[in-house]
Amino acid sequence: MRITQGTFSFLPDLTDDEITAQIAYALEHGWPCSVEFTDDPHPRNTYWEMWGLPLFDLADPAAVMDEVRACRDEHPEHYVRVNAYDASLGRQTVALSFLVQRPSEEPGFRLDRQEGVDRRINYSIHSYATERPAGSRYGAPAGPSARSNGNGRH
Amino acid sequence: MADRWSAGVIPYAEMGYWQPDYEPKDTDLLCAFRVTPQDGVPPEEAGAAVAGESSTATWTVVWTDRLTTFEHYQAKCYRVEPVPGVEGQWIAYIAYDLDLFEEGSIANLTSSIIGNVFGFKPLKALRLEDMRIPAHYVKTFQGPAHGIVTEREYLNKFGRPLLGATTKPKLGLSSRNYGRVVYEALRGGLDFTKDDENINSQPFMRWRDRFIACMEAVNKAQAETGEVKGHYLNVTAADMEDIYERAEFAKDLGSVIVMVDLTVGYTAIQSLAKWARRNGVILHLHRAGHATYTRQKNHGVSFRVISKWMRLAGVDHIHAGTVVGKLEGDPASVHGFYDVLRKGRYDADPSKGLFFEQDWVSMPATMPVASGGIHAGQMHQLLHHLGEDTVLQFGGGTIGHPMGIASGAEANRVAVESMIKARNEGKDYLAEGPEILREAAKRNKPLDMALSTWGDITFDYASTDTVDATPTPA
Repeated sequence: MRITQGTFSFLPDLTDDEITAQIAYALEHGWPCSVEFTDDPHPRNTYWEMWGLPLFDLADPAAVMDEVRACRDEHPEHYVRVNAYDASLGRQTVALSFLVQRPSEEPGFRLDRQEGVDRRINYSIHSYATERPAGSRYGAPAGPSARSNGNGRH
Repeated sequence: MADRWSAGVIPYAEMGYWQPDYEPKDTDLLCAFRVTPQDGVPPEEAGAAVAGESSTATWTVVWTDRLTTFEHYQAKCYRVEPVPGVEGQWIAYIAYDLDLFEEGSIANLTSSIIGNVFGFKPLKALRLEDMRIPAHYVKTFQGPAHGIVTEREYLNKFGRPLLGATTKPKLGLSSRNYGRVVYEALRGGLDFTKDDENINSQPFMRWRDRFIACMEAVNKAQAETGEVKGHYLNVTAADMEDIYERAEFAKDLGSVIVMVDLTVGYTAIQSLAKWARRNGVILHLHRAGHATYTRQKNHGVSFRVISKWMRLAGVDHIHAGTVVGKLEGDPASVHGFYDVLRKGRYDADPSKGLFFEQDWVSMPATMPVASGGIHAGQMHQLLHHLGEDTVLQFGGGTIGHPMGIASGAEANRVAVESMIKARNEGKDYLAEGPEILREAAKRNKPLDMALSTWGDITFDYASTDTVDATPTPA
């Protein structure tokens, strides 16, 4: 399957130039970018791992793109996304969020149904990726851990 | 003022309701009325009469006024301006002291301002054009149960308009068939599907069966896409007990959103908005019936006022026009409605029909919903007119797709993502829109089919409800 989270999931995967153009758009609006990664793309998994702190002071799209590449290199079989953050009053939330890497195989989700009374069903979405221990999902080798900046938790 | 207390009938203007020197206070609630007086009634008297009849006055002098500090409770018409280019119409500006209104009650506010005066004989017609609600009064309302920011965080969807579709046909589908439409549209790429306003609980499909079928569809689509999805389950019913029962059941099934129709009334909407915040369920409002009193320019209540009332009342979504679709919507007026619903504060802007400034003092924003006769081929125009914080609802434009419902949904999603990507890349997406869509359609068969099916469909009719201001040539 292909998960369709993020702003551009129905388009072909963005090239590095296209990613850089989106980063440039965010920075022109004063939205700092951050890079996040996960091996559990459950729709309710809000808190992906942070690739360091949000890049508040990086004004050069190429420099943000370097962080994207570094995160991908360290986590080649994870989902990686770029978030742009709008800190203005009345927003103070994510302004743009899009995937910049997918694992080579996306196992997707199983829908579990628990039958209740009166034809009610309790639904639960099971992320197949979580059947394997953290760090060994998607067949990825357990990568080098504990980078000097505190990243690479999985 | 000695005459003020003579028994009998004296003009409203002479009773203190016409005060051209009055300086409105920050705490006053201000209204702009479009007044069409009967022949021979001076505009100042007509404005004063509106002020009087929407506040303390009755048709004759009453001595019991003297038991009150009546000047305090009198609404004051402080300005009357002729409508440019229209014979016999004036805009009357009226200030109301905050003491005239119960805190946090749309019912009381509207019973005061539009309670009696719209049938007043000395006027041929009357329209409430706009209302400046002082911050002090804004703060007595709950406001949107969640608001745009919280909704986006809840759904984990950022940076593009959300996409929806109303299940069609509007009437007659069984719950099992109905859920099929929901499932196909959501798995195909839409974020939301929706009950229509007149889908409540009819003999062909009872509400409980529909809720169960729709939630099966929503959950299946979530598992297939890895995205949060929703279906607006319409909880509109004959009484509040039934509304609560349906809303509770929707919540128990895990629905992220419920909907209600404007026809249930302001008080029911406020009750449901409080329920929605307590229970973490987004509240969608369908403006069923509004055009009976919002559309005609000389009489009724402008939709910009309804928008304000509904943001105060606490809905998270409201249908607010498409500009390009099949339903009434002058571009400038619709831009004004969207400002009312989404902005934190704004200045008066006659070019959008906004008579007053408005400060929402951190009240969350309501998401405007564009629905009715729109399709993927208009995506550049929709993004230009309506922006990002909106739900674009393509009913026929999804379900009528020749390759099926899921393909219709996919076409819309590819179109919106392509347009956002192009805009962010700095392209002149409004001018190049058709080309951007054609380019995207080369890689996407459903979009290609959508463009060839509906590409030329437009609804190009003159609007009834337009703004008065004409732009000054540069």
